[in-house]
Amino acid sequence: MIDQITVFLENNKGRLAALCRTLGDAGISMRALTVADTAQYGVARIIADTPAKAYETLNEKGFRASLTKVFAVQVPDHAGGLATLLDAFDNANINVEYAYCFVTQGDKAVDVLRIDNHEEAERIIAAAGFISLKPQELYA
Amino acid sequence: MAETTGRVLGAEKYFQPEIEKMGRAELEALQLERLQKTVANCYENIPFYKQLLDEAELNPADIETLDDLQKLPFTLKQDMRATYPFDLFAIPVNDGRVQRLHASSGTTGNATVVGYTQNDIDVWGDTFARAIAQVGGDEHSILQVAYGYGLFTGGLGAHEGGIRMRATILPMSSGNTKRQVQMMKDFGVDILACTPSYALLIADTAIELGYDPANDFKISGAILGAEPCSEGMRREIEEKLGVKVVDIYGLSEVMGPGVSCECRYQSGLHVAEDHFIIEILDPDTLEPVPEGEYGEVVFTTLSKECSPLIRYRTRDISRILPGTCECGRTLRRMDRIQGRTDDMLIIRGVNVFPSQFQEVLANFDEVTSYYQIILSNKGPLDYVTLKVETVPEFDFDEIRKIEDLQKRINSELKSNLQVSVDVNVVEPKSIERSEGKARRVIDERGK
Repeated sequence: MIDQITVFLENNKGRLAALCRTLGDAGISMRALTVADTAQYGVARIIADTPAKAYETLNEKGFRASLTKVFAVQVPDHAGGLATLLDAFDNANINVEYAYCFVTQGDKAVDVLRIDNHEEAERIIAAAGFISLKPQELYA
Repeated sequence: MAETTGRVLGAEKYFQPEIEKMGRAELEALQLERLQKTVANCYENIPFYKQLLDEAELNPADIETLDDLQKLPFTLKQDMRATYPFDLFAIPVNDGRVQRLHASSGTTGNATVVGYTQNDIDVWGDTFARAIAQVGGDEHSILQVAYGYGLFTGGLGAHEGGIRMRATILPMSSGNTKRQVQMMKDFGVDILACTPSYALLIADTAIELGYDPANDFKISGAILGAEPCSEGMRREIEEKLGVKVVDIYGLSEVMGPGVSCECRYQSGLHVAEDHFIIEILDPDTLEPVPEGEYGEVVFTTLSKECSPLIRYRTRDISRILPGTCECGRTLRRMDRIQGRTDDMLIIRGVNVFPSQFQEVLANFDEVTSYYQIILSNKGPLDYVTLKVETVPEFDFDEIRKIEDLQKRINSELKSNLQVSVDVNVVEPKSIERSEGKARRVIDERGK
């Protein structure tokens, strides 16, 4: 599993830009960014190769950041790649809180999933023939 | 017995036990004697009161019993504004006896100005010194005064209390919070006097600086006033600072902090009845309510020389608590202020006090004590937005948890206040922290 940085943002002009600028100034490079938004606020979820540093930097600068353990699963970059994995969770009655994907250099697609039952999810990912990436594998 | 909170203190302390534990008959005799003197002072020296009494066909000699107080006319806030600056003084301001002036902020009209002779200042100091004893302090205590010093009565009122107690005073005034924390720690401060919101800011700042004031600091008591403090907020301050918090009450018009104050049993505020007569009246009929029922608090001063007041309508809502207090004081207790007839918000026709929002929020561990109410219009209807901040432990990575929290707060407010509120979770520290009175309500209606 890997650490995802989650940041609570008010829907104010320039807040996301300020967030990205803060990370940029600290020399932290983002691998993935997704924003879930509501009328009043947004929740930004970030994959970066130095999550602990990102977490500290953001909180020091007055952002409300937290670290969340998520699965980063390597998925073959072809049609139906993710569906096979999600079917496996569905069959085991495991709830996926949210998911998003990004593509790393080369042709590897990485799916990020938040699942609260860590052990069971780890077992299903392996049984379905997928690889749950460790930080050193993802950031290599 | 009501359960008290905060640090357990040693034996009960009194500053003026002969008065604080005086028998009722003796106290009432003292009140009557001082009331007669006060009415005579008003009639002879203040044309405003002479005219009021003449119109009511009353003469100071008509005050023969304490019940005769009810024949006397009321004094209103607007009377104090209309007599700005010195026309309610019984002593000319340049006479040589008026030692000090205090004034309210006057944001909504003329300021109200109050004068003090040295005796008035001493009486004030005595009442605040009682509060110091009530929270366990004595002449060996170090008192940190973090109320603002100046025209506002908080800072200098607490200061005078320290003088009369012969405690060691640390006159910090408000602001420079890191320095407040540093000196509280380095000097071994025993008692803090300030507003509740500032006490909380001091506690949070100490914790942010890496201290655990509840264990690392000597402080054992806090005398907090000038703004409402919910039981939840009181507990939070008590836990974070490791103190017993007592609520102190007073208005600049009547004197300043010390008119009444809780003892360590935290079940009502003992009124300084040797210096003030308290009445609880129905704000519509102006008739006394039965003991124990809520109404408008009305004070008559008994000892003030420069700015005496007859039946001053405070607009504060409270009640007299029946029964006796375990602390041994015979001075009657008023309940904590439930709101002000002025501060009362009318939202879609429903009467609501900001303190009621605070009470509801205190039941949610997920949010901090900081909140803000914003009133606006949506078409012809009032629209209420409540801003809250979540505590650091709250897991906001799952949006449905935020939404669930908003829904639960909304439904609690709806069932408690009959008002529908748009609960808005905002970023940490985005709600203004205060160094004085917190601005809890922003009314943008009709703007």
